[in-house]
This record gives sequence, structure tokens and C-alpha cells, in this order.
Amino acid sequence: MTNSALIALAATILFDAFVSGTPLLLATVGEIVSERAGVMNLGIEGMMLVGAMGGFAVWFHTGNLFFGLLIGMIFGGLLALLHGCITIALRADQVVSGLAVTFLGTGLSSILGAPYVGKRVPVPLNITVPLLKHVELQQVLLVIFGLVFALLVWYYVNRTRPVLNLRSVGEYPSAADSLGLNIQRIRFTYVVFGGLMSGLGGAVMSLITDPGWVDGKTSGLGWIAIGLVIFANWDPVRGMVVSYFFGLLRRLPLDLQNPALPLISTANNPSVGRFMDMLPYLATIFVLILGSREALRKRLGAPAALGVPYVRGEHS
Amino acid sequence: MNLPGTHYRLRIESRSNLPAWVGAVSAIIGVFLALVVGGFMLRAAGATDPIGTYIEIFKEGFGTPADWAAGLHALFTGTDCPKGMQCFGPFSDTLVKASPIMLTGLACVIAFRMKLWNIGADGQMFLGAWAATAVAVFLLPKTTPRPVMLAAMAVAGILAGMAYGVIPGFLKARLNINEIVTTLMLNYVAYLWVEYFVVVGPWSLGDFESTGRFPTSATWPRLTDYVKQIPVAAGLTAHPGIFLGIAAALLLTWILYRSRWGYEIRVIGNNPKAARYAGIDVARNIILVMGLSGALAGLAGMNEVAAQRELNGRFQQGLGFTGVIVAWLARLNPIAAIFVAILFGALLVGTQLIQPQGISSMLQGVILFVVVGTELLFHYQIKLEKAESTAPSAAEASHD
Amino acid sequence: MAESADAFEMRGIVQRFPGVLANDHVDFAGRVGEVHALLGENGAGKSTLMNVLAGLYHPEAGEILIHGQHVVLRSPQDAIANGIGMIHQHFMLVPNQTVAENTVLGLNRPRFFLNLRKIEEQVQALGEQYGLSVNPRAKIWELSVGEQQRVEVLKMLFRGAKVLIMDEPTAVLTPQEVEGLFVTLRDMTKRGHTIVFISHKLDEVVAIADRVTVLRRGKVTAASVSARGVTKAQLANLMVGREVIFKVDKKKAKPGDVVLEVNRLCCDNDRGLPALREVSFQVQAGEILGLAGVAGNGQRELAEVLTGLRCTTSGTMNFNGTLLNRHTHWLELGQQLAHVPEDRAAVGSVQALSVAENLILKRFNRPPISKGWSINSIAVKQNAVKLVKEYNIATPTVETHVGMLSGGNLQKVILAREISGHPKLMVAVHPTRGLDVGATEAVHKLLVEQRDSGTALLLISEDLDELMSLSDRLVVIYEGRIVGEMPAEGADIRRIGLMMAGTKAES
Repeated sequence: MTNSALIALAATILFDAFVSGTPLLLATVGEIVSERAGVMNLGIEGMMLVGAMGGFAVWFHTGNLFFGLLIGMIFGGLLALLHGCITIALRADQVVSGLAVTFLGTGLSSILGAPYVGKRVPVPLNITVPLLKHVELQQVLLVIFGLVFALLVWYYVNRTRPVLNLRSVGEYPSAADSLGLNIQRIRFTYVVFGGLMSGLGGAVMSLITDPGWVDGKTSGLGWIAIGLVIFANWDPVRGMVVSYFFGLLRRLPLDLQNPALPLISTANNPSVGRFMDMLPYLATIFVLILGSREALRKRLGAPAALGVPYVRGEHS
Repeated sequence: MNLPGTHYRLRIESRSNLPAWVGAVSAIIGVFLALVVGGFMLRAAGATDPIGTYIEIFKEGFGTPADWAAGLHALFTGTDCPKGMQCFGPFSDTLVKASPIMLTGLACVIAFRMKLWNIGADGQMFLGAWAATAVAVFLLPKTTPRPVMLAAMAVAGILAGMAYGVIPGFLKARLNINEIVTTLMLNYVAYLWVEYFVVVGPWSLGDFESTGRFPTSATWPRLTDYVKQIPVAAGLTAHPGIFLGIAAALLLTWILYRSRWGYEIRVIGNNPKAARYAGIDVARNIILVMGLSGALAGLAGMNEVAAQRELNGRFQQGLGFTGVIVAWLARLNPIAAIFVAILFGALLVGTQLIQPQGISSMLQGVILFVVVGTELLFHYQIKLEKAESTAPSAAEASHD
Repeated sequence: MAESADAFEMRGIVQRFPGVLANDHVDFAGRVGEVHALLGENGAGKSTLMNVLAGLYHPEAGEILIHGQHVVLRSPQDAIANGIGMIHQHFMLVPNQTVAENTVLGLNRPRFFLNLRKIEEQVQALGEQYGLSVNPRAKIWELSVGEQQRVEVLKMLFRGAKVLIMDEPTAVLTPQEVEGLFVTLRDMTKRGHTIVFISHKLDEVVAIADRVTVLRRGKVTAASVSARGVTKAQLANLMVGREVIFKVDKKKAKPGDVVLEVNRLCCDNDRGLPALREVSFQVQAGEILGLAGVAGNGQRELAEVLTGLRCTTSGTMNFNGTLLNRHTHWLELGQQLAHVPEDRAAVGSVQALSVAENLILKRFNRPPISKGWSINSIAVKQNAVKLVKEYNIATPTVETHVGMLSGGNLQKVILAREISGHPKLMVAVHPTRGLDVGATEAVHKLLVEQRDSGTALLLISEDLDELMSLSDRLVVIYEGRIVGEMPAEGADIRRIGLMMAGTKAES
């Protein structure tokens, strides 16, 4: 194998990592914003699933990719709205409600998605890019979108005025309340934003990164996102970087089956695949262990009011 | 006085001590509401007759009164069931389904009591099933007497589940790592681990994706094995596994309300600061409770392979998650969990044959939503009251 | 000062909470350029009334006038728009945001992009104008309590508040800081601001206020009287409804053996910064050692270290001949080493468990309560019935959740549990905070009885009056160091104040 071929292969693997990391990035960054407003939504997996199913179904009937993405996004947002009603307005336990979101999303996507299992998938538009040769245009656009999105969110949570409100309701809602901020409305806004992004992440999966719909499409990606939020220490840019790393891990079992790879190809040893598939899950635990050391050392932590419903007068 | 400018507003007040029946009533209302909501969703999803669907689910899960009457008659007269397996068949299937759910539900009860969100009962159950299989098929000889074999499998399942629960417990206790994420991740690792062994790995029988049938000594006896003595038992797969769940529920009740350890668990669960203040070792208890929780889930796995008589690639995912709902619906009460588990067993059995698939998962989600959502209504009193925004009348003013 | 117009007026305010009539047709008004003190005991309804004026509560009846105009204050934003700003007892500042960020929090300007540099300059300028200097780029958690209070004042001035409500502003300050605050307040009244000064401390009210309104149990007992024309005794009588006994009745202490010896003790706070720096002191059996200091100078950490809730970084604690360290089995020690924690509800009790279950929190692991692995429920009940009777705890049944009890009764539950174990040492932190006069007297009596029965007591309090009347000996803590020690009898409160502010004791 020549050097240039190796470089091209490496570039392809890297690009694939970016592509497959983008749905994770969307969900992770969305959840970061939601948690910074003080609401933990463990339902990412469910929201991604309805997003993936809804997006695919709409595309299937209309043939319009953009429309599919939009509807997938809205589906995710609707589930998040439900989570908001239960946890913000009715002050129920966020953990349990989040689990309910996942159950509901899994069930709904399975019921409504049944007719679409194994159906034809969007045909990608191939373009030629130096180094990468033929790549899909949608994927290129997606990667660019993901990057810009994460940077914009980073800018938003660090350099704008509305984010002072966001941070205050997540850190010390009594202070926000004493100044007349509407805590519930702010929390609702960001929870729904998180849901929209999870839904979009799901739709992106079923339409662009791994086209097609099957039951349980996201295979735990939503849960990984929750781990990444913690490891990213609620910072969007850090969330972006770890998302790409997990994109790489997710692609690794496939990439390594490439017989063209010298030495490390797994093409002749299929049973290794199961262990390769464990990598993202084990790595999530591993990064949390790494992160905990850092958190202990630097005394970083979650937003102080994360998971706590706000009731006026019940806080000291 | 109802002057213009008088308006009403809602006030939410915390209720004082709740009578015990409130929990039960709110759970029942929760399930009922969930069925209504679920009915609309079914309708939206294309089912023409949601109520018919529910009746069908109920029949499939519990059987009809006529079936029961016929079955009881047959039982006392020592004859066959006139309707084949239909007499007790549905309820027998429900009990079979309920026994692992009962155990995973109890696993969640004990963990949630300490506010430890063990969402990994599924993975712990898979590993318990795996360990029990290893003992039954690959370690002990086929000729091992049944009680010894089953006991050994149970111990293996318990130990494996316990170990798998202790890992996130340890990470939580020592490094303060979120147990929700770790237990979930370990679920996927456990699925893949079992899949490796039975699909491509050393236990696989090639294309069958299965370990193959266990030796008889490694399986639960079923009612149908006693068809000679009780003709009506023909075809019934109910097995003694359900008693493991009931025994575990009684044990947990004793632990929680009568033992010193249970007192520690309740103190930690309600107020970890007060627990530390009292000198209770919180970290140690986190690890212990996660171990017990994992052990119960592991036992569920052993129970399930001994009932299915093989470990195969279709070993059911999601029973651990159902345990979360069982625990919540039972309001973290072990005895209540017995009944809720049987109800959910019926739901799972009843929805098995119904299309579209995913109904049970959706209904579970709706039930959980409604139950947590209505909690506020029971713990707080919502009052509609009049707010005067006008000045007090002259009479009132002079009264002061 | 000449009579001037009312800046605001509240008429016939009625505010009810579950089971309490917090404000019963209260009238209250503040003139432009005055300090109007709102005096009353804990629970008299002062904070409630001011929360109404700040737009946080919406009264059931009554009206509010600003400069003679009727207004309806639906939210704090309405109040601020009408020039009313409240500074709460617990500061409403987001700890990990900067001073400048906190100052603009909740405002509608700037619209979207945040030019922090510009805001920082504005805050700086405003601070200089009012003599409230504070670094606008500092994060709130880096500031001292006094500085945080300045930020709160700045925050309100930045919003153009003309009426400033200050809820117990002096509770967290040293006597010297209080002087500084008073200078600022007088300066602000000269600029036409109106200050509502909520307090239960008579000396301060007489020192700063132009007029005084006294509340008792939700009702006005003295309406807008001139502060020049009343005596402290009169005010006290109006406030409490009877003569207040300022002295605690106690005999001379008979100190015995040293029970606790702390030597060069160091520990970190929650942020990993040093909280205690080489603290050394002794407590003897049969004496009350008072620890004086401004909040946040290491008192909480000291109590936590002594009771096993926090690890030390160096130094030793010798309790009755045994060293306390991380190998100590605190559960076993629980009975001998009693702790009345600062936060009754969040630390000292388990709200969702019953009175009976809370009363065994430190003895559930020993007979007769425990029987092997199980808990003897009959013994639990007997223990509860006995203690409820002995300590006069007002509870419907022993099965009632302690969350349902009043603050005073909850404190009695904790004291009953701690005292009935016959401890050798008791660490009591703010034992009477938030209690009414009757409950306070009961708690004081219990503490003195404890002392007389030979227990060593360490009393940590921010209330100097309480410390001086209860303690036999005083030590003063400042920034984690013991800066002075003296007998309580005849101690000079000014000297203690200087020590609390960090001035070294000369002697």
C-alpha cells in the first residue's frame, strides 16, 4: 500500500468519524444547554428515536430531505416539551420523567415506524473533494453545520446577555426570581431547544449518516450523549470534540474490517467485532472516570440547581 | 364580595401526612389515565379499536372469567381443560413473564430507595443469565441433582449480577461518577458480551445462535410436568420462579422496615447529609445496595434462563427497564411490587401478539409519565382561591 | 429633617400562608430621604410585608401607592420599574458569575450581545459615586459577605431604585462593617433615597432609623413613631409584648477536666481553600466555650471537623483521651459527642421520617433499640414517648413526620436526641437561629442545664448577645484563626468586634 493511499484512507476514516459524530454532537450540545438551565433530560435516546423515525417517514413520503430533518427535529422538541410540562410545571422527578421520555419515544418510534423498516433510503449526492475522493455532499454540509452549530452555541453561552438568564436559572434560581425573570419560561425554552437538537440528531442519522430506519436505530447513542455532557463539563466546544472522538469509536469496527488496512484489519476475525462494538460504551465509562479525577481536582461541577424544581419560598 | 377586580388564582400547598391508601389510589388512577392516553395514541397510530385492543390485551394476559370457571371445575373434578390450554394458559404465561420483572423491579426498589438510579438491571440480568448458563452447561455435569444444579445456578447468577452492580456502585461511591450513565453503558456491554458467546463465540451452535437445550436438571420444573397428577395443568409453563420474587419481596420488606441496615438505607435515601451527620457510612452503603440490587437482577437472569431452558440470541432486552416502572408504580414498596409485576407480566403477554409492536413500550412510557406527573396532585393541594385586589371596604377598615 | 413626601405607601396589606396570617391589615409608608426601620421578632411578618412591596408576593387585600399613585406590583420587575429594590437576607447573587454580570442580570439591555467591558466600567463608576467600591470582574464567590452586600446595593442602584429595602443587613457584618454600612445609608438618604431597614436589633434601629414601625404577629403595634422619641425598652415591649429578659439565669461554672483539646487544626472548605489555619483551643467539662466570629470565617468547618463531617488536613483533635481522625468510628462515638447542627432541617433531621425514627438517629445501632440485625420497634416507640414528654415536644403523635413540626419543636427533637445520650461534649451551632423568644429561652435553659451536669459545650453563634450571656469563656475566630480569648464575664463588646474584623488583640 502506498503512502498516498494510506493518507487517503486515514482521511476517509477521519471524515467518517466527523460524520458519525455529528448526531451525537447535536444531542450532546442540546443537552448541555438544557442542563445549564437546570433541567436534566435523560430522554435523549427517545427523542433521537422519534426524530429519526419521523424524519425518515416524512422524507419517504415527500422525498424532501430538508422537510424530513425539520419534522424529525420537531418530533424531538415535542417530547422535550412533554418532559418540561412534567418536570417544570408539575415538578416531577427529572430522572423518572426522562426515563419515561425514552420509553415513550422507543415505543412510539417502533409503532409508527413499523411500515418503514428496511425501505429504500435517500440517494446521496456524490461530489469529489481532494484527498477524500468521492464523498456525499449531504455529509460534507452536515459536518460543516455541526461545527458551526457547536461554535455558535459556545459563543452564545459565553458572550451574550440572554445567557446570563440561562445560567442564573441553572445555578441560583432564587436570584433570577428576585429580579423578576420567568424561571419556568426560560427552562421550558432551553429544554425544548435540547429536544429539537436531539430530534435533529436522530433525523440526521436516519437520513444522512446511516440512512434507513430500523427499530432502536440509535442503539444507545442518546445515553452516551448524557455521559458526554458530564465529561464535557457542560462546555459546548468540549462536547463537540468528544462527540467526534466517539464518532471515530463508533466507526472503528467498520473501518477496521477494511482488508486494505495493514496489520490491524479485522476482516478475517469477525468475532472481534462484538468487542469492538463495546468500545463506545466502555469508553464512556472511561472518560467519566478521567473526568471525575479532573472534577475533583479542579472542583468543577454540574450547574448547582440541576435536577431541582424551583418553588418560590422553599429555598433559603 | 365579588367586585370587579376580584380575580382568582391557584395556590399550591404541601399536604400534611398522606394516608397510605393515597399511593395505591394514585397508582391505579395513573394506570387508568395512561390507558386512556395510550388509547388515543393507538388511535392516532392507526389502531381502529383501542378499547377492543385493551380487552384483547387483558384476555391474553389474564384469561376470561368463563375460562377460569371452566378451569376451576376441571381442577376439582380432575379432568382436562375443555378449552385446551385456554383455561389457565394466559395467567400461567403472565406468571412466567412476571417473575423476572418482579425481581428486576425489586432490584430497582432497593436502589431507588437510596436515590441510586440503577438503570442497569437489564445488563445485570444478562450477566446473571450468562453466569447461570456457564454453570449449568459448561461447569457442572448433566447428572447433578436438580436442586443442587438450580441452587448453583442461582448463586452464580446472584454473584455475577452483584459484581456487575458493584462496579457502578464503586464508581459512584469513590469517584462520584453518575450511576445512571455507567449502569446504562454496562447494559450495552452485557448485551454484546452475551451476544458474543451465543452468536459467534464459543457457546454458539453455529446458525442456531443458542447454547442449545439445557440438561433437565438445570431447568425449572413446569406445571405441565405434573399433567398426570393434575390433568388441567397440560401445557402450562408456570414454574416456581415466581416464588423467588415473592420471597425476595418479603426479604426486602424486612430489610427496609425492620433491620438496622434498612434504617440506614432509609436515612441515606431521604437525607444523605443527615446520614453522614449520624455517622453512617454512605459510601459503603452505596456499594452494598448496588450489590444487592445487581444480585436481584442477576437472579432474574438465572430465573429466566432456567425457564427458557436455553440462552439464545433472542434473550429479551428491556425487562430491567420494565423493572424501573414496576418499582415506581409500586411507590418503592416491595410488596406492592409483587402485584405491579404481575400486572406488567400480563401487559407484556397481552401485547406480544398484537400489532403494531412497541405498544407495550409506549404504554409503559405513558404510564410512567402519568404516574410521575400526577404525583404533584397527590402531594400538594391545589386550591383555587379568591384574591382581592381592591382596597378593604370601609366596614372592614373600621373593624381594625 | 423636614417633613417630606411619601415615596411609597402600603395600606391594609393582608397576606396569608398555610396556617398563618403573616400580615393582618398592615399600613406602612416611607418618606423620601428617610431611613424607616421595620422592627419585629422572627416571624412577625416583616420580610413578608417587604416581599409584597418587592413584588414577590401578591397580597390578598390592600393597596400600594408609589408617590401617591396606585400601582399593582405583579412581579419584582414591576417593583423595580417603580423604583423599589429589595436586598434579601440571603443574597440573590449567582455565585459563579461576576459582579458585572450579576448587576445586569434580568435587564432587557443590552439587547443581545454582551459588552462586559462597558458594563464593568459603568459598575465601577457607580460604585465610586456611592462609595461602594468592589471589583466588577470578581466572581461573587470570591467576595466577602460585606462585599457581596455592596454588590446587591449596586445592583439595585444600577436599576435606578429609589426605595431600598434591606432585610436584616447587619446580621452578617462585624460591628465595624455595620458602621460603614450606616455611613453609606445616610449618604444615600441625602441623595433622596428611601431606606427600609428590617431588623430585630434595637440598638441598630435606634442608631440609624428616622422613624420606626413595629410589627408583632402580623399586626402593627407602633406605626411610624420617631426614633428619637422612644426608648429601647419601649420598643422591646412593643416588639415582644412583654418585658424581655436580656440575661440568662445561670450559676458560676465549675470547669472540670479537659474534654476536647484541639491542636493546630487545619482543614479546607468546599472549594479546597484553607478554612481553618492552625486552630488550637480546649474545652473543659462543665463550661460553655463560645466561638465568636462573622459568618464564613471557618465556624461551620470547625463544627464539621469536630463531628466527623469533614476531613482535616493537619493538626490533632483529642477527645477525652482518644484522637479523632478519619479512622474514628463516628457512629460509635455519636452518643458521647453531640452535635446540634447549623441546619436543623437539612442536616440534623430526616424530614420524611417520623419523630420516633429521628429520635434514634444516633442510637439505632445499639441496644435496646437494636436487637441483632433488626430494630426493636417497641423500644423505638418507648424511647420516643419518653423523650417527647421529657422535652416537651409538641407533636400530634410520635409517628408524625418531623417535616411537619415547627422550627422550635424540631430543635427540641434534635436537642432531646443529643442530650439524652449523656454526651461528654456538645457542639451547638446557631442553636436558636430563627426561633421565637419562648423557644429560644427553652433552648438556652437546656444548654445551661447541660453545662451544669458536667458536659463540655462549644457554642458557635453569630449572635454576640447570645454568646456573651451563655458562655463562660469566649474565643474569637477570624479567617480560620483564633485571634483572641477572654472570659465572657465583663468582656468588652467593642474589643470583640475589632477582633472579629481581624484586628489583633493587644495583650
